Parts: sequence; C-alpha cells; structure tokens
Amino acid sequence: MSETALDAAFFVRWMTAAAAAVDREAERLTELDSAIGDADHGTNMQRGFAAVVKALTEGEAPATPGAVLTAAGRQLISSVGGAAGPLYGTLLRRAGKALGDAAQVSAEELRAGLSAGVDAVGQLGGSAPGDKTMLDALVPGVAALETSFEAAAAAAGDGAVATVPLQARKGRASYLGERSIGHEDPGAASSALLLAALAEVAA
Amino acid sequence: MKMLINVAETVVADALRGMAAAHPELVVDAENRVIVRRDAPVADKVALVSGGGSGHEPLHGGFVGPGMLDAACPGEVFTSPVPDQMVRAAAAVDSGKGVLFVVKNYTGDVLNFQMAAELAEDEGIQVASVLVNDDVAVNDSTFTAGRRGTGATLFVEKIAGAAAEEGMPLERVEALARQVVESSRSFGVALSACSTPAKGSPTFDLPAGELELGVGIHGEPGRERRAMMTSHEIADVAVDAVLEDLDPRLPVLVLVNGMGATPLLELYGFNAEVRRVLDERGVAVARTLVGNYVTSLDMAGASVTLCQVDGELLRLWDAPVETPGLRWGR
Repeated sequence: MSETALDAAFFVRWMTAAAAAVDREAERLTELDSAIGDADHGTNMQRGFAAVVKALTEGEAPATPGAVLTAAGRQLISSVGGAAGPLYGTLLRRAGKALGDAAQVSAEELRAGLSAGVDAVGQLGGSAPGDKTMLDALVPGVAALETSFEAAAAAAGDGAVATVPLQARKGRASYLGERSIGHEDPGAASSALLLAALAEVAA
Repeated sequence: MKMLINVAETVVADALRGMAAAHPELVVDAENRVIVRRDAPVADKVALVSGGGSGHEPLHGGFVGPGMLDAACPGEVFTSPVPDQMVRAAAAVDSGKGVLFVVKNYTGDVLNFQMAAELAEDEGIQVASVLVNDDVAVNDSTFTAGRRGTGATLFVEKIAGAAAEEGMPLERVEALARQVVESSRSFGVALSACSTPAKGSPTFDLPAGELELGVGIHGEPGRERRAMMTSHEIADVAVDAVLEDLDPRLPVLVLVNGMGATPLLELYGFNAEVRRVLDERGVAVARTLVGNYVTSLDMAGASVTLCQVDGELLRLWDAPVETPGLRWGR
C-alpha cells in the first residue's frame, strides 16, 4: 500500500463522506433492518454521523488523526444508542487511541489502528466473522487495506453481500433463527459504507 | 399508517413534554431524556434506574415513583438509550447507597448500560446491574444473543423497588432482583406487526389469517407462524411453553400483558384461558395483573409472564407503589 501521509483534515473528510454515504443509503439500511431487525438502523446511523460532522466542523477541529477518530467515536456512543452506538463508537475510539497523537499517519498505521478497533468490536460484541454482523464486512475490508483503499472498499462490500446466506448468531436478528437467512446484515452494510467513504476521500 | 404525531423525529420529545404535563410528581428532563421521581435522591435508599427504547410505554418512565424506579432513560423508539443518559440518571438519584441498573437483555441495552456502569463508577457511584432475560421463545444458547427481556422487567422493577424502599442494602436488592429474574418466564404472541413512527408501515408482514408465536417486543418477527388460533388454544401454547421452564409446585404472579393494540376485553378473556390452563396444571395463582404494561407500539397480541414467588417476594409485590403506570396500597 502507498505511503500516503494522512492528516487530521483527511480524517475529517473521511467522516464527512461517511455521513453523506449514510444519508444517501439510510433508507436501504432501514429496509435491510426491517427484514431481520427493528427497522431503525438507517435512522440511527444518520443521527449519529450527523452528530459526528457537527462536532468535527463546528468549533475547533481536533488536531490529529487519532483525536478525530476518538472524537467521532465518542459522538457515536452519545447519539446513536442501540448496539450500533457502542460498537461503532468503540471501533473509532479504539482506532483513534491506537493512532496516538501523531500529526500524520501512514496508510499502514491506519490499517493497524482500524485493526485494533475491529478487535475491540469483536470483544465488546462477543462475536466473530460468520456471525452475520459488522465484522463480516470489517474484517476482510481492513485486511485488504494492505493492498489499497479501493481493495478495502471492495472487500468490505463483498463481505456485506456474503452475509446474505448466513444465519445470524448475534443481535436482534439472532432471534429469527433460520429466518434470518436470505437477508443482508444491516451492520455489515453500513460498515461497507464506512470503508467505501474512506476509498472515496483517498482517491 | 395513520399516527397521532407531528413528525417522526420529535415523537419521543413530544411524549416527554406531555408526560411532564400530566405528572408533576416526576421531574422530566426532556432535553437529556431522563425521568426522575421528584423527591430523588431519597436519603439512605438504594436507587433503581432502568431504561430502554421508547415504544414500550408505560415501561419504563411510567414505572418511576415511590416503590419502583427512581429514574428511567427513554431511548429512541426501540433503540436503547445512550450511556450519557444513564450516568446522568444515576447521578441524579444516588443517595450514596448505590444504584441498581435494571437491564433488559438486548445487545444495545446491555452494551450501553455496561459503558454507563463504568462511567458512573468513575464518578464514584456504586453500581450493580441485573439482566432480565425471561423470554422462553428464544433459546438461551451461543446461537442467539440469549433470551430477551420482556414482561418480567415489571416484576423485577416492582419487587426490587419495594426492597429498596424498605431500606435494604444494594447487594440484597440486587440479589432479590436476580431471584425474580431466575423465577420468571414469558411467552408472547403477535396478531399483527407494529409500525414505528420512523418507518410508518408495519415492521413485518403478517397476513390476516395468521399469527406469530414467540414474538418479542420490538416489532421483530417471532419464531414460528401459524394459522390464527383461538384464545383457548393460544393460552395452552403460551402457558405450557412458560411452565416448561418453571417449578409447578410454587405459586406464581401472573402478568397477562397487552402488546399495545389489543383491548382489555380480549386481554381479560385471554386471562380467563390462562387461569384455566394454570388450574389444569395445578399451579397456584398468587396475584394477577392484566393490562398494557410492556407494549410494542400498536402491535396486537399479548404475552404471559409467570413469576414463582415465595413469601418475601409476594410481600414485596404487595407493598405500596405509586407510579403513573402502576399504583396500589398507598
């Protein structure tokens, strides 16, 4: 992967692009959630990322990549609710902490940071790939960051689609048992959006 | 779907304003979404805090008051509240004797309350948590998120609330709450799906001639769909499912709970069938509560919750309570 230097402004652009993507796709996320959950994932993510953008753009923006992700994670925890709030919040906060207080990070450092975030999500949710959760998009997506941002976006997207035939073992969809089979996991779908937004701003 | 609302975005805030207007005995902080009994913190009393998604009214805000909860945190519709609300609630009601979080077993509620407990402890508030997981329709296995928390939440909040009101210490209140959880089981049936304000249409498709067995309280489909049954047949299925997991020799508290859109006429009729099954199985009924207590917006249907009680639990159940949604004896 290229050794592009990524600064705080880049991370703010990423979060802003993620918010726009969640806005665009909110209806689809909610639709996916109504098949196997309770039909609010789009609305919840929209509310959370709107709060993230507000926090990052009003007043003084955080000065380092780590601080941007930590602040974004804290906003998600404080505004999303449900399982998505703590899980996405933990993903970004843990990644932000791993990035430390460097003014710029390399793409490889970003991959390592996000990888730490993904591990924390698995720990918090007690889940693993194959459970039909966010991790099914995040794990392959973050691994593919080693190749390129585009590859990461593509792998996360494929990972989300690959949740369709799975039976959910975590979250509210797990109560459906076999009836969860045949539907894309909304958390995996929104995770794919997050990595697609990263590829978009890196392009 | 027609709803008596302005716009979906302000449904919870509007409801809180209305609740404040109706209940001067509560302090309703609409901005931070915390409902607190007006006399909190009550000196030398363990405080009870609960919360969860909105759409289950009167749960939880309707159970704030003497003898039950000290505070409640309503989230968005069917979405758990955030840790900030819970920490604020805990700080508002803690008298120094500690706080018990009553948490329903849903991933979102569990994670947010867990974060809140850590944050509250950082602020020097002693916190214990009890997880309510009474729904027998869900296998408690590694293949699901575990049994959901439904009707037993009311039993836990009432009985632990009475224990706290009597001045019992946190560990005793917590132990009693846990005993209620372990002694309670529920089973729910949906005759129609509910519609969330944000979506505006039914959250799942249930044809006119069918019903969902083992349904939860979030508009999520149940485990099994069957052709519509009579109240008599539904009671057989529901009560037997619940009893499978309980000791039939102990007397029970019975909650026949409406999901929001089933009239009391039907609920009382259903309760007659529930009592018939319990009589047939030789289970003694200590007390019965019939009504809409743990609802699922406009879903039609009902759930049955049984809680096995000994003398102390029954005494605490009978103790005075004064909340918008439940009151007696004062």
